[in-house]
Amino acid sequence: MAATYCLGRASIALAALLLLSFGSFAASQIEVCTSRFWFNYRHVANTLSVYRSVKRLGIPDSHIVLMLADDMACNPRNPKPATVFSHKNMELNVYGDDVEVDYRSYEVTVENFLRVLTGRIPPSTPRSKRLLSDDRSNILIYMTGHGGNGFLKFQDSEEITNIELADAFEQMWQKRRYNELLFIIDTCQGASMYERFYSPNIMALASSQVGEDSLSHQPDPAIGVHLMDRYTFYVLEFLEEINPASQTNMNDLFQVCPKSLCVSTPGHRTDLFQRDPKNVLITDFFGSVRKVEITTETISLQQYSEMESKPKLKDWHPPGGFILGLWALIIMVFFKTYGIKHMKFIF
Amino acid sequence: MRPGARVPGTGSAGGRGFPGLAGASRGLSCPSWRREKAPGPPRPAMGLLSDPVRRRALARLVLRLNAPLCVLSYVAGIAWFLALAFPPLTQRTYMSENAMGSTMVEEQFVGGDRARSFARDFAAHRRKSGALPVAWLERTMRSVGLEVYTQSFSRKLPFPDETHERYMVSGTNVYGILRAPRAASTESLVFTVPCGSDSTNSQAVGLLLALAAHFRGQIYWAKDIIFLVTEHDLLGTEAWLEAYHDVNVTGMQSSPLQGRAGAIQAAVALELSSDVVTSLDVAVEGLNGQLPNLDLLNLFQTFCQKGGLLCTLQGKLQPQDWTSLDGPLQGLQTLLLMVLQQASGRPHGPHGLFLRYRVEALTLRGINSFRQYKYDLVAVGKALEGMFRKLNHLLERLHQSFFLYLLPALSRFVSIGLYMPATGFLLLVLGLKALELWMQLHEAGVGLDAGGRPGPSAPLPPAQGVGLASLVAPLLVSQAMGLALYVLPVLGQHVATQHFPVGEAEAVVLTLLAIYVAGLALPHNTHRVVSTQTPDRGWMALKLVALIYLALQLGCIALTNFSLGFLLAATMVPAATLTEPHGPRPLYAALLVLTSPAATLLGSLFLWRELQEAPLSIAEGWQLFLAALAQGVLEHYTYGALLFPLLALGLYPCWLLFWNVLFWK
Repeated sequence: MAATYCLGRASIALAALLLLSFGSFAASQIEVCTSRFWFNYRHVANTLSVYRSVKRLGIPDSHIVLMLADDMACNPRNPKPATVFSHKNMELNVYGDDVEVDYRSYEVTVENFLRVLTGRIPPSTPRSKRLLSDDRSNILIYMTGHGGNGFLKFQDSEEITNIELADAFEQMWQKRRYNELLFIIDTCQGASMYERFYSPNIMALASSQVGEDSLSHQPDPAIGVHLMDRYTFYVLEFLEEINPASQTNMNDLFQVCPKSLCVSTPGHRTDLFQRDPKNVLITDFFGSVRKVEITTETISLQQYSEMESKPKLKDWHPPGGFILGLWALIIMVFFKTYGIKHMKFIF
Repeated sequence: MRPGARVPGTGSAGGRGFPGLAGASRGLSCPSWRREKAPGPPRPAMGLLSDPVRRRALARLVLRLNAPLCVLSYVAGIAWFLALAFPPLTQRTYMSENAMGSTMVEEQFVGGDRARSFARDFAAHRRKSGALPVAWLERTMRSVGLEVYTQSFSRKLPFPDETHERYMVSGTNVYGILRAPRAASTESLVFTVPCGSDSTNSQAVGLLLALAAHFRGQIYWAKDIIFLVTEHDLLGTEAWLEAYHDVNVTGMQSSPLQGRAGAIQAAVALELSSDVVTSLDVAVEGLNGQLPNLDLLNLFQTFCQKGGLLCTLQGKLQPQDWTSLDGPLQGLQTLLLMVLQQASGRPHGPHGLFLRYRVEALTLRGINSFRQYKYDLVAVGKALEGMFRKLNHLLERLHQSFFLYLLPALSRFVSIGLYMPATGFLLLVLGLKALELWMQLHEAGVGLDAGGRPGPSAPLPPAQGVGLASLVAPLLVSQAMGLALYVLPVLGQHVATQHFPVGEAEAVVLTLLAIYVAGLALPHNTHRVVSTQTPDRGWMALKLVALIYLALQLGCIALTNFSLGFLLAATMVPAATLTEPHGPRPLYAALLVLTSPAATLLGSLFLWRELQEAPLSIAEGWQLFLAALAQGVLEHYTYGALLFPLLALGLYPCWLLFWNVLFWK
């Protein structure tokens, strides 16, 4: 008895451990495209490709905040309306039919982006426009557009600097809004955007170093624009091979798009991250994995017999005979008053 | 007033307020204008121009070096201009507008047969009706799927045009609008074909209709496209543009437009009269020397390269090697042709009239020469389709590239920052000469007051007083002659035809020439009106005023139409600087006549034909000159071209002033 009791205790402890190490940290995503105008088609295609990948790996729309600065699918210049392609053979329509854009067109501003990150949002904002994260969430932030040394251009009229971004992440850390954060940026001189981070648990990737331009890819004469940027094109190819059970880790992601393919030199930063990148799975950030572990251990549950149960409260009804008698009385009085001959109108 | 602030008279001894100097000058028996170092207390430090000693030194320097500086400056200006065709000053063209990007379009136009059949029908109907077949055009455009409208216009010309033999011109324009399927009609592009009595352009009309049919089947248009066929060439285009923009600049009577499509972003005009072409020639110079944005030309050039079409500018091929001497020399020829065409201020095609409304436009001409390799209508259609597809991507008006430039070749340009110094050097000559005259006038004034008056004598007012009185008469008379030259020919054409057996157009031209030559007889008559006290300085003051007047005019002209400014400066500046009553009078007279505006026009006509490798004989040249005069006057009245008023009211009076200076006393 004592032995089974001890075994039982131990088994609970083991199950709890299992729960901790394979814990379901909910992953949240923010994907931002910051460029307007038809000739920046490729930035929207970039963002939608990443969106499509994370949805395929299991993250629901409620956990994704998608910000697109311009509408390419319904632009009058689009010869294939309601589609956004990422490959010039038009194999992959990344717009799909279940895309949910949370911030669209002129709503993609620096202020809105920072409010989404820090959570300082007016109470009337709908839930789909909020980042509902807590201190157990792993967040992926993907940004693309036109950038320079230390800034990213929003909407052709304003910029966000790397210092603002670093401060926003610090606010997130202090408000316990993330557990781990992966920041990917595909712009010119993208590495300058992660230089100033100082909050813990942030890993960052960029498509080019300071002084380099990120190049576009996939020129398509039928549509008339470039369809993708190089870095995101190869990241998408890499992600297409990930399934929810794959064990590829971050080191593989760092190898995506070497200089020979990308022409620019992708960079990454892991010094703020507490875990070793080779132990970090891609699916920690890109997918929502609830791993099911079959165990053959038995867990015995104790009976809580000492606990008293309160008597249940039942509704009270009058007894049935009483009601029958009452109705008989009513009918008798009726026929007494009006005569028995009216019975034929009733029956 | 502080002594230091007074403008010191050159050499005046009194009133300076510097004890040392005053003492020294009073101590001298005959004060000369050569100042000595005063032994008194030191002078306070003064600026370069207000210090009399230093001013004197500067003045002497300028006077001594004036002639060499003038010659150097003039040669520098001409040399700078000639160097514009050479590599450091020319740059390769590049596409500045990001939205237009590269030639990344897939052209799908295959309607060559359809275009030819439309062209044949159009030519047949036109021959039958003699004018533009409006009903057939309307029917065909409607069948292709456009919204069709017509517009009628009429214009009474100031005098009957000899070349076209018309006095009252009336016609109808036909245009069809292709609405953008998914965008609001806020912006539009125009594709226009001008049809006149001498240039039928039937293949261009056929291609226009075939392209309209092809464009109608595409869904990627974000701007409306207007397909415009005009009658009587540029008169119809002007009528349409005025009605579209709701203005009346030239006195044309045009009916209002019923269909409109939003602000025009760009326009392409096509002139094509043969089924096959060997090359496409592009014309960029517009009315009054305006030019379209360079990006439009870059767009055309990139599509020429993509389609392998042979494209020419000013009828000249592109030089291949710019490292040796041949390329730049050919570039220089093209540059000179462009300068001559731009200076004439004529609209060399419908695009020239669009530019006034800041609509970037080009005219493409199909040339069928004796080359072996020919392109059919499909190739031309594909180039046009690519251009329109790229213009469709525009989000704003074309503004990123240059508006003022010169083109030594289709893929090379010279920007305004690099070519303006040429005119600057030429106008510097006028400035230097004016400065020298000013100083000579002052010295002469000093010589008069050498009586040693200690009072505040400013030698300027007396000289100026004499100068002003004697200046007013020549100025007024010259300006009156200019006014007569501007007004009388057209006003007096009927009187002339009554008295002489000439047509109206000839009468206008001959009156023009007669008044011009009559101006040469003036100086012999004006002197009786003017009484001069100091005859020697009167002409200097007049020449000073004339030089400043010429410099101002040429400067203003060069800013808006560099070619005209440079051409006039290059011819008139030497004659203007050299003119003086002393010296070899016949030589100076010949020089002045040879560089007068009319002679410049004659010379540039010869040069123009020489550069186009179709040289003129003297008789042909004279006929062309007379025709050019008539065209200039006509275009001033019909399109608002400014060459005729500029020359008649601005430069001719100025030139008459120099003629007066030459024959002074």
